[in-house]
Amino acid sequence: MPASNELLERSAAEIAAAVNERRVSAAEVTRATLERVVATEPNVGAYLTVLAEAALAEAASVDRRVAQGERLPLAGVPLAVKDNMCLTGSRTTCGSKILEQWIAPYTSTAVARMLAAGAIPIGKTNCDEFAMGSSCENSALGITRNPYDLLRVPGGSSGGSAAAVAAFEAAIGLGSDTGGSIREPGAFCGVVGFKPTYGRVSRYGLIAFASSLDQIGPLTRTVEDAALTYDAMAGFDPMDATSVQEPVEPAAPALRDDLHGLRVGIVREFDPGALGGAMDALYRAAYAGLERLGAELVEVSLPTAEYGVATYYLIAPAECSSNLARFDGVRYGLRVAGRDVRGMYDATRAAGFGEEVKRRILIGTHALSSGYYDAYYVRAQKARTLIADDFRGAFASCDLIACPAASCPAFRFGAKSDPYSMYLMDYYTIPMSLAGLPAISVPCGWVQPPDGNEPLPIGLQLCGPLFAERLLLGAAHAYERATNHRATHAPLAQRLTA
Amino acid sequence: MNERYEPVIGIECHVELKTATKMFCGCCNEFGGEPNTKICPVCLGLPGALPVPNRRAIEHIVTVGVAFGSTIAEFSKFDRKNYFYPDMPKDYQISQYDMPVAAGGSVKYWTEDGELRECRLTRVHLEEDTGKSTHAGSTDGRIAGSEYSLIDFNRAGVPLMECVSEPDLRSAQEAVAYLEALRRTLLALGVSDVKMEEGSLRCDANVSVRPVGSSSYGTKTEIKNMNSFRSVERAIASEVARQIAIVESGGRIEQETRGWDEINGVTHSMRSKEEAHDYRYFPDPDLVPLEISPAEVRRVTQTLPELPAQRFERYTARYSIAPRQTAQLIDNPALAGYFERVLALGARPAQAINFVLGDLSRLANETGVAVAESAVTPEYLSGVIALVEDRRITSKVAKDVLARCWHGEGAPAAIVEREGLARQSDTGALVPLVDQMLAAHPAVVADYRAGKQNVLGFLVGQVMKASRGTADPVVVKELLNERLSSG
Amino acid sequence: MSDPIIDIRYVAKLAQIALTDEEIERFGAQLGDLLQHVAALERLDTERVAATAQVVESRNILRDDVARPSLDRETVLAQAPQRQGKFFRVPRIIGE
Repeated sequence: MPASNELLERSAAEIAAAVNERRVSAAEVTRATLERVVATEPNVGAYLTVLAEAALAEAASVDRRVAQGERLPLAGVPLAVKDNMCLTGSRTTCGSKILEQWIAPYTSTAVARMLAAGAIPIGKTNCDEFAMGSSCENSALGITRNPYDLLRVPGGSSGGSAAAVAAFEAAIGLGSDTGGSIREPGAFCGVVGFKPTYGRVSRYGLIAFASSLDQIGPLTRTVEDAALTYDAMAGFDPMDATSVQEPVEPAAPALRDDLHGLRVGIVREFDPGALGGAMDALYRAAYAGLERLGAELVEVSLPTAEYGVATYYLIAPAECSSNLARFDGVRYGLRVAGRDVRGMYDATRAAGFGEEVKRRILIGTHALSSGYYDAYYVRAQKARTLIADDFRGAFASCDLIACPAASCPAFRFGAKSDPYSMYLMDYYTIPMSLAGLPAISVPCGWVQPPDGNEPLPIGLQLCGPLFAERLLLGAAHAYERATNHRATHAPLAQRLTA
Repeated sequence: MNERYEPVIGIECHVELKTATKMFCGCCNEFGGEPNTKICPVCLGLPGALPVPNRRAIEHIVTVGVAFGSTIAEFSKFDRKNYFYPDMPKDYQISQYDMPVAAGGSVKYWTEDGELRECRLTRVHLEEDTGKSTHAGSTDGRIAGSEYSLIDFNRAGVPLMECVSEPDLRSAQEAVAYLEALRRTLLALGVSDVKMEEGSLRCDANVSVRPVGSSSYGTKTEIKNMNSFRSVERAIASEVARQIAIVESGGRIEQETRGWDEINGVTHSMRSKEEAHDYRYFPDPDLVPLEISPAEVRRVTQTLPELPAQRFERYTARYSIAPRQTAQLIDNPALAGYFERVLALGARPAQAINFVLGDLSRLANETGVAVAESAVTPEYLSGVIALVEDRRITSKVAKDVLARCWHGEGAPAAIVEREGLARQSDTGALVPLVDQMLAAHPAVVADYRAGKQNVLGFLVGQVMKASRGTADPVVVKELLNERLSSG
Repeated sequence: MSDPIIDIRYVAKLAQIALTDEEIERFGAQLGDLLQHVAALERLDTERVAATAQVVESRNILRDDVARPSLDRETVLAQAPQRQGKFFRVPRIIGE
């Protein structure tokens, strides 16, 4: 047991190797993880539901498969699943009161593929309600704290998965990224957050926020683990018409240790100088680090990127207003009585949805409504084209782009009370989402905030052209290897638990 | 109908397509069944489920478009039509807004007197059906006054074709003729069962009236709740009369939706929602566009069966068959196929149609065996027709021979031979028979001689009967005339 | 877009969400504020720009017309807020 307990702090790749080589059983790893969860959760609150029984059953099955000689790429690896992905028999809430009691009768493709690869579902993690938010504060069902400073948010919307991985409550967290919801919490929690190209991972069973933007991806402690997760999940799914048929070449074998021959674009419009002295210095050091690894830095321009937030806050709410219509109290979920069926809808949705979800449904409904459609929705779609064109232009002169993952480190609870200031949290991540590009956030250093005692992690964002996941993960791995920023500070949550 | 006004009618049809599975999921597409057993995450709109279009349904709609001469869009897409309704699982319907699969074209239909006309189509597009609500607590199962509703989602997600016509129809009869032609064509194409009673064909009518000679349209109303072709005809006629009466008395027609009341034979206003619908259509981000290549359209064109309107033209123009008989054949494809095989064996169409729709159809009704499945093969029928044509049997005997064939007595020529049914036109043989009949009916003979010439038919019939139909009626008539005038 | 007024009552009705007067005021102010930020898009020349609905240019992703198992009725109805026998039950439907 102690052996497996120590193993929990290693990477998914190392855990899988130990299980495959039968140095430890999946059951032992799972039991140790569940114990770790019990000890850690009072401080962190990453999980909404812990699936102890299902996890142990799955672990037994993995042990049987390994005993029969199968080698599973994620054998026995503890997995945290964001609670907007369906898993048969598990409560799947999206962090919303409207789904608080809903038990999914089917399993999402991404989760099914992870289980097939040997991962063990430890539990379902907290998130901003319906993945709408950047701090997890919009969850109606629980508070998740940043493992590096419990007075701060873990980021969002995939904050629960990010926190679980940072606090060693899982080796891999699945998140979903619509405008930055994997990359930003990754950066806030000092872990790797990777959003593949739109359509690479099936959305079947992912409860939709904005269908044309949502993409599932991993939160992990190493880039290699992100690559292994990507390799397990990516690929066309006949159940998702928007999943792409482009062949997937495994990324794990393409990880590299240098950046020779790569041109890395530094975005003129994303000057880190605007983020203040400490952040500015960190990012300049990070870019220099890329150069030291052999990359050639080139300046690129994304002139339309500054319109990303405005574009995103029309398109995503428009889609969400329609996607969330089905939560109507008829077939599943919450129902609040009303005089007639319309009264029931009104009351159910008023009680079931939180503030932010309502705001987005309202703005999206407005953007699609008669007389406003062209001015808002169509114009935003056209702006989306311009933003994607900007990236195409930039990638004519570089292979990857490097920029900040977020404009600040994790902030304190309640610090962003004005909705628009929260929306701006995704300033650096939204343009890539609108263009559908693969992007990753990798730890690139620490800052000491003026209003806190704990140093906070900062993330570097790397982004590649469509379908360039191998290149992107390869480069991120080289940077991670050379810098190893994660090793500098242990999470407070870990110290408290120990 | 008032002759100073002209009705202007357009029809909007919803047709459930015949496929093994639903439009966007693998649940079975069958009518009825145990409630809520053909449901899955997709058609029940469960969180996280995604639609994937049914290839067959798209093929069907392309086929329909090609058959009606519509332009098939090279680029088409699905949109969401957003509105809340309890039997619509996602609270939006996946439909097509500005890029339907097919646009334009026309449905050719024919009137009672056989005139072929056409009604232009605006568009044909694909969408998904809703579930079914049963309203409980009201006296008549209607929604008004009900206390609650029960929902069965088996039908939710069934592929639905919407087919919108231009306002080209000018009477209730034309509207029904249009619907019948549409129905026949869809049946011939094998894309739908088109059963109004099972709801696989549903239609609404847009009706307005205008002074004859006017080229602008009057205000239209939309008529709903018509459950049969007969109710379509009655509803439109009633609505036209209502509108004319309003216009005549100086009133104004209100643009509205009206429901057809089958029992009272009137339409009534369904104004329930005051505000206009705001469906917030937008491209469904869960689906990717459709591209239908010209090569695919060519392939479909080449595999198209002969359509009812083409068959109608062929039968009426080339074969000179009456429109009503043509319609009967077209509505019974197996019978039409039988008929065509008889023609292929050399029979004249006029002869063949009479036997097929007359004697054989009657025998089919009596015995419950379809003509095409009966012992009277196309070869047998064409053999009988040839015997008549060659004057080797009378048409009276032909009926007898066919009945014997039907009941399994063998080939026509063999029956004629065996039963001695060959035509008798030899005077020598017929004279004794004629004399015998004259002797047996002295009163009739007396009547004839007193000037009642129409009794001749009776006497011919008696001779025919005595000869078991074999006597040549022309010769018999000649002989009778001869005898009666000379005697 | 130059007049970023939003009729919250109308939009809430379309979205089927009951709002209190206080919420109508608050959301109205917040969304009006957002629409003012969004108005920045007017500065972009989008005259000859195609709209992007999907970033990935797939076409004709279809499924064969082959049946798959449906869900068990009991599993599904067990989650219904209200059921009656084999059916989902809803309060009375007014209007159309």
